[in-house]
Amino acid sequence: MKARIKVTLKKGVLDPQGKAIQGALGSMGFAGVEGVRQGKYFEVDLAETDKSKAMTTVKAMCDKLIANTVIENYEIELA
Amino acid sequence: MTQAPIKITPQLVKEHGLKPDEYDRFVKLIGREPTITELGIVSAMWNEHCSYKSSKKWLKTLPTTGKRVIQGPGENAGVIDIGDGDAIVFKMESHNHPSFIEPYQGSATGVGGILRDVFTMGARPIAALNALRFGAPEHPRTRHLVSGVVAGIGGYGNSFGVPTVGGEVNFHPRYNGNILVNAMAVGLARTDGIFYSKATGVGLPVVYLGAKTGRDGIHGATMASAEFDDKAEEKRPTVQVGDPFTEKCLLEACLELMASGAVIAIQDMGAAGLTCSAVEMGAKGDLGIDLDLDKVPCREEGMTAYEMMLSESQERMLMVLRPEKEKEAEAIFRKWGLDFAIVGYTTDTLRFRISHQGELKADLPIKELGDQAPEYDRPWTEPAQPAFIDPDTIPTPNDLKPAILKILGSPDMCSRRWVWEQYDHLIQSNTAQIPGGDAAVVRIAGKKAIAVTTDVTPRYVEADPFEGGKQAVAECWRNLTSVGAEPIALTDNLNFGNPERPEIMGQFVKAIAGIREACLALNFPVVSGNVSLYNETNGQAILPTPAIGGVGLLPDLSVMATIAFKAAGDSIVLIGGHGSHIGQSIYLREILGREEGAPPPVDLGRERRHGDFVRKIIRARKVTAVHDISDGGLAQCLAEMALASGTLGAEIALDAHAPHIALFAEDQARYVVTCTAEGARALVEEAWDAGIAAEQIGEVAAAGGLIVWPGASISHEELRNAHEGWFPGFMGVNPA
Amino acid sequence: MISAVIVFPGINRETDMMQALEATTGTKPVAVWHAETELPPVDLVVVPGGFSYGDYLRCGAIAARSPIMNDVRAKAARGLKILGVCNGFQILTEAGLLPGALIRNAGLRFVCRQVKLRVENTRTFFTNRLNQGDVVRCPIAHGEGNYVCDEETLSSLEGEGRVVFRYVEGNPNGATNDIAGIVNKTGNVIGMMPHPENMIEPLHGATDCRPLFESLLAA
Repeated sequence: MKARIKVTLKKGVLDPQGKAIQGALGSMGFAGVEGVRQGKYFEVDLAETDKSKAMTTVKAMCDKLIANTVIENYEIELA
Repeated sequence: MTQAPIKITPQLVKEHGLKPDEYDRFVKLIGREPTITELGIVSAMWNEHCSYKSSKKWLKTLPTTGKRVIQGPGENAGVIDIGDGDAIVFKMESHNHPSFIEPYQGSATGVGGILRDVFTMGARPIAALNALRFGAPEHPRTRHLVSGVVAGIGGYGNSFGVPTVGGEVNFHPRYNGNILVNAMAVGLARTDGIFYSKATGVGLPVVYLGAKTGRDGIHGATMASAEFDDKAEEKRPTVQVGDPFTEKCLLEACLELMASGAVIAIQDMGAAGLTCSAVEMGAKGDLGIDLDLDKVPCREEGMTAYEMMLSESQERMLMVLRPEKEKEAEAIFRKWGLDFAIVGYTTDTLRFRISHQGELKADLPIKELGDQAPEYDRPWTEPAQPAFIDPDTIPTPNDLKPAILKILGSPDMCSRRWVWEQYDHLIQSNTAQIPGGDAAVVRIAGKKAIAVTTDVTPRYVEADPFEGGKQAVAECWRNLTSVGAEPIALTDNLNFGNPERPEIMGQFVKAIAGIREACLALNFPVVSGNVSLYNETNGQAILPTPAIGGVGLLPDLSVMATIAFKAAGDSIVLIGGHGSHIGQSIYLREILGREEGAPPPVDLGRERRHGDFVRKIIRARKVTAVHDISDGGLAQCLAEMALASGTLGAEIALDAHAPHIALFAEDQARYVVTCTAEGARALVEEAWDAGIAAEQIGEVAAAGGLIVWPGASISHEELRNAHEGWFPGFMGVNPA
Repeated sequence: MISAVIVFPGINRETDMMQALEATTGTKPVAVWHAETELPPVDLVVVPGGFSYGDYLRCGAIAARSPIMNDVRAKAARGLKILGVCNGFQILTEAGLLPGALIRNAGLRFVCRQVKLRVENTRTFFTNRLNQGDVVRCPIAHGEGNYVCDEETLSSLEGEGRVVFRYVEGNPNGATNDIAGIVNKTGNVIGMMPHPENMIEPLHGATDCRPLFESLLAA
């Protein structure tokens, strides 16, 4: 089973990178960019075949390592 | 969107950290029940961090003036005169709690905050240091915290472009629940180009500069903000995220703006950002301030007045500008891609008035918020006197070698290379001494340089706050002296537990008394500082940790001393005599497992005499290497001198009766110096003539390592492996 | 020998570079702001070190798309000498002026320390005063200096002698083949991770990198 994990900054947490990218897009002539938020994407291959067990494990992975839950949220998709 | 007025309940007052009597005092002051925004403002202004209400009484006793002092405590940073029209602006500040919650961002924003304090005054930062204290190495969170804090300090300072040249790292279980991250910044300005926070002139524009405001770090306000919005989860107080890129742009923009002559007053938005900065500018200048929050650049939607006033978003400044220069100022900020907005005006009302969306959200007397905040004389108890440990009761070990190596490779005594290699310590091209010596040295111009260091020995302060306070200042002064600098002034970062406990307040009072005595005796005034109280978890306070950051002046870099041995055959001379004080020593703790006894007493007259002598012989080019003796004693000192040389070693002879005491005693006011063999006799006699104990104890050996007669022979490689091994091993480093 | 040093927001070693150029070549360089569209008439353009745009997105990515870089690319194609140091090297790779990329150090940490570089190619405008195989001490200060490129590029770099500097006695960042600096096919664009501008006077502990700058005078 494959877990696809999207980690994004929590709403309201400053994203200096997104801000700088937004500025650069503007100065390169891409008009109308109203906001950029940067995140991370992970693919984790799992031996587990039971979806709910896999979800529990991947959640624990996110809480303990993959995301910094002080400032980040995560979304998990299993396939 | 407007909300129904929020009822101020005793619970809400408590959540804001105000005591019932403080709240009553506030209600009496304004003659009515406050609005929620007003409650937020007063909680920010009257909390310990902004008001120094527990510490002010004692801080006032510290000497803060001197012939080189341009600005003492009370501004964004202290300022000293180093001649030729040059001024050094410096301060140290804690970011302890945020760094424990989120070590990378906490330490990064700590560095950002202190850099801003320094460039707010018109100085370009030229050096950064940091004093770090972590829990026991074996504590499960320690490695994560060390890794995050070091990366955060480097991440911010390296990107901003300031060399991080020195500091301290200690481990102790008493920091398990409360780490200390104290960051110091040092800047260079012209004596006629210093900027202050005091506003002057009525009807002048108050300008907001830098990054936008978000809901970062709104503290003490969890519940209040939850009441503002049902989606509380998304609006919880968030961690401040540092943006060193914006700060670097802010630095360049501020310096450019200052040079243009547009700035009347400037204040960094640090803790309780807009509130603290506006109140301070107004209160100091005996002016009122009117703010229109509709003009504040916001990053998030629907921010309330309360949130805007308490936001701790980073990389922001408040200025009062000359109206005729407004357009020019705006152009400079736009060039650097920064926000610029006129958010208010100075008034002659002495009121702090906040309007938002057509409503008056706050109307408060500005002086009482600022320089007339409450002040306490908290009860305190005299600390117990620790017992002196008789060195004769400490048995001589069968073998000195394992003891020397164990200490050299212990968490507190080993090389900090793993840490400081993550800091760019070379940028700006002026670093004349990198980390690893007694003090870092940074060139100012031509031959002139400054020396900088941070010091404190918390276990000494814990055992005897008064002597420990003295020792922290003395060691800082000694480290500056050891490179040949004349110590000029210091900044203090006083980290303690809960001041409402009389025994903690007693530590604080006595440590300050010790600091005061040492400052006076060594002519070493305090020009800036920061107090961090309530560093405790479950009733367990940190070791009292008054970190001292010192700055010294080196008029001529060509006579700077370093710790490295220079040539085989040089004589090794001990200045200040052999030691006998083993209480609270590293030896006692690391080898015998005892954290006990009285710390070494500090005789300030001796300290001064010995230091002045050492500085004199450095400047007369009579010595080839200098190192002060501190933690770990003579053995550690010699090992560090050998290791710094790369290949050379030391061969010394000791009294056979108690070589372990001579090697590991931590008596103060002592130095090891080297000089040519021909010069040794004259040097020793010169010391004697000055009434200072001095003796040749051995010589620098080509073979490297450390040979102690009688009893120990250690190769260079053994020394190096012990010294360099622990930190990378602890952090689990991969080789590259 | 007139040189220009390009300044992007977030660049922080431009002063070090300008001081080193002036001290070694005797001529004060011109600072050029990133928003300019045309370079002044100069013999050399230096893209200095630092954290342009905070190293956000990818190191050098945003700076490489600045207005001034169009003219840098155009003049480089006509043979103008370009030197990129540290972030400058990263910017030149992002701008397509040099092949490959600089990725995160193998040790995953920022590293500031003195390293040793072997000079592998002495036919460039920055190394003509040195001898093949000379080893110079030079500091590094970067978190993303791990040079990578595809097999084809690597064999062309190595086969054509376009590796200018190689780390010896230890590779601080995991760079492929210990590569510390390279030159383009036409020999007029050099990029290197180490900071020679921080090793030119006794205060720096050694003056090993002075001859690199002195090479500019002969070129």
